[in-house]
Amino acid sequence: MWLVACSLLLGLVVLASVTVGSKHIAMDTVMQAVLQPDSSNDHLIVRQFRLPRTVLGLLAGAALGVAGALIQALTRNPLADPGILGVNAGAGFAVTMGVAFFGVGSIGGYLWFSFGGAVAVTVAVYTLGSIGRSGATPIRLTLVGVALGALLGGIASGVTLLRPELFDSMRSWSAGSLAGRNWAVFWAVLPFIAAGLLLALAAARPLNTIALGDDLARSLGARVGRARTVVIVAVTLLAGAATAAVGPVGFVGLMVPHAVRWLVGPDQRWIIPYTIVCSPILLLAADVVGRVVLSPQELRVSVVTAFLGAPVLILLARRRKVSSL
Amino acid sequence: MKPAAVDFGRGTWVLRHRLLSLRVEVRTLLTTTVLLLLAVVMMLLTLGSGDFAVPVDRVVGTLMGDGTPQEYTVVVQWRLPRAVLAVLLGAALALSGAIFQSLTRNPLGSPDVVGFSAGSYTGALLVMLLAGGGYYATAAGALAGGVATAALVYLLAYRRGVQGFRLIVVGIGVSAMLGAVNTWLVLKANLDEALQAAVWGAGSLSGLEPEQLWPVLAIMAVLLPLTLAHGSAMRQLELGDDVAMATGVPGNAVRLTLVVLGVALTALATAAAGPIAFVSLVAPQIARRLTGTSGVGLLPSAALGAVLLALADFAAQRAFAPEQLPVGIMTVSLGGLYFIWLLVRASSRI
Repeated sequence: MWLVACSLLLGLVVLASVTVGSKHIAMDTVMQAVLQPDSSNDHLIVRQFRLPRTVLGLLAGAALGVAGALIQALTRNPLADPGILGVNAGAGFAVTMGVAFFGVGSIGGYLWFSFGGAVAVTVAVYTLGSIGRSGATPIRLTLVGVALGALLGGIASGVTLLRPELFDSMRSWSAGSLAGRNWAVFWAVLPFIAAGLLLALAAARPLNTIALGDDLARSLGARVGRARTVVIVAVTLLAGAATAAVGPVGFVGLMVPHAVRWLVGPDQRWIIPYTIVCSPILLLAADVVGRVVLSPQELRVSVVTAFLGAPVLILLARRRKVSSL
Repeated sequence: MKPAAVDFGRGTWVLRHRLLSLRVEVRTLLTTTVLLLLAVVMMLLTLGSGDFAVPVDRVVGTLMGDGTPQEYTVVVQWRLPRAVLAVLLGAALALSGAIFQSLTRNPLGSPDVVGFSAGSYTGALLVMLLAGGGYYATAAGALAGGVATAALVYLLAYRRGVQGFRLIVVGIGVSAMLGAVNTWLVLKANLDEALQAAVWGAGSLSGLEPEQLWPVLAIMAVLLPLTLAHGSAMRQLELGDDVAMATGVPGNAVRLTLVVLGVALTALATAAAGPIAFVSLVAPQIARRLTGTSGVGLLPSAALGAVLLALADFAAQRAFAPEQLPVGIMTVSLGGLYFIWLLVRASSRI
């Protein structure tokens, strides 16, 4: 029931995202641009800017949200977001180093540095967190992730503070945005995010069992270690690719899973599909609002998401019976 | 008949006197003492090092009052305030972290949970970018922003009492919004101002004058005993509201007091030196592992915070000399490295 409502809402947001902007484009023009493109100005705007921006928003939104849902379920910590495994810190660190020492300067260049950094750091967090007999318990993963993330963040900001021109490009990168991304970015991250989403759907059942606690899950026949590895691979693919594509966008991964849990309860087999639908609503709506409020200037999507999402979250927290993990 | 002594598995000393009885855990006491000694050693090292190097015995001599006028100027007037501030603020941050980690029963709990850091950064940014800044104006802005945010979060989360989880969620929401504002402000500012704001935002002890020491000292003299006095009530609260209530600890009242104390401690540090990252997060956790207790302890955390910030400040001044880094970057690097090492070592031994 809610799923239908959410899908409708998502459809509306997608429509708004292709039509609304510094130049309003009517719906039938958009349809024509998709079906029978010609070289008119409107068609160019739709095909080159609006469409890639919208589908990238869909993809990145779903990826960030699901990554958040997975990591909260895995660590059983409502404060967890994908950043906890060091994804943002790793991406930021790699981009800083790329700009500082390898002269990277374009969105395409940032993309691979950012993705590589995110993956490398997550692997490092997982390796450090799973040394020893007890393996990668959620609490140790969280703490190692936060510590390593802070360490890399500290080094990166140390480097940037000593070099003003570097600081300038990093402050721009660190406010994530959907603007200026073309189809190449979309195709580059699509396989990673698709694989991550499939893994996430497959991991939903074991995650339900893990929620009962590691020992109980094990005695019920769940393979806790394997499920955990699958989840971490999924989070790395999803959050790493999304961050690589749009830069750090906070809050989507943190907030949407909370809201979804209030709608559908604690069953991961529902939470993950709902998150796939609901997260892009927030991201795309934020993008549309960002184009409109200060028109003709644009607000970064990472700035707007919190402003759209936080009031909803606070309202839900006050209204509903809280559902902790 | 005397009841049989229960072996809790941890050595304890019990002091009994006519008016007072005190149970002290041996390992906690030893750890805290060693940490406090370390903090003193770090202070002496910081006082002696710099462009004008003073050997440690001369530092002690100068502090005792028989130094040359030149040594007196350098050690007591220039370096002492900064060294004392590092120790005090480190302790304040760590205490505040311990309080919030205990209240939220979450190792990620920190004053950031009630939005303090984001709010104070917003306040300071507004003052710096719109009103031009200045030490006291920025401090006031940070203080106002942080306290207002914390109060707002507490009020929004209040519905017949404050429940830990709701506080967390509301705090996330409000800090995310303020974080967005901060990002936007930094993005819109011109480069020089943004850079200056970023240095403040990283937390820095440089440029502190002797007269800035006294207010901090006075406030700490009030806050420190008050907080330590609430230590046992805090431990009861960790057992859950019902158990705490049954053992005579009024849950909501104590929680409010602790939140106020925790915010006040962070507010003090933020106003004096900017939002120094990570001490409040990592100090209670490191202290917990060193003392081997199940929960976070106040006194060991405070001692560890003092050592960490003193060490970080020493490194920030000396590591890339003459280039000076904000101390916040050093706390993150040193604290992070040590914490990772501790986690890895603790697990490989088991």
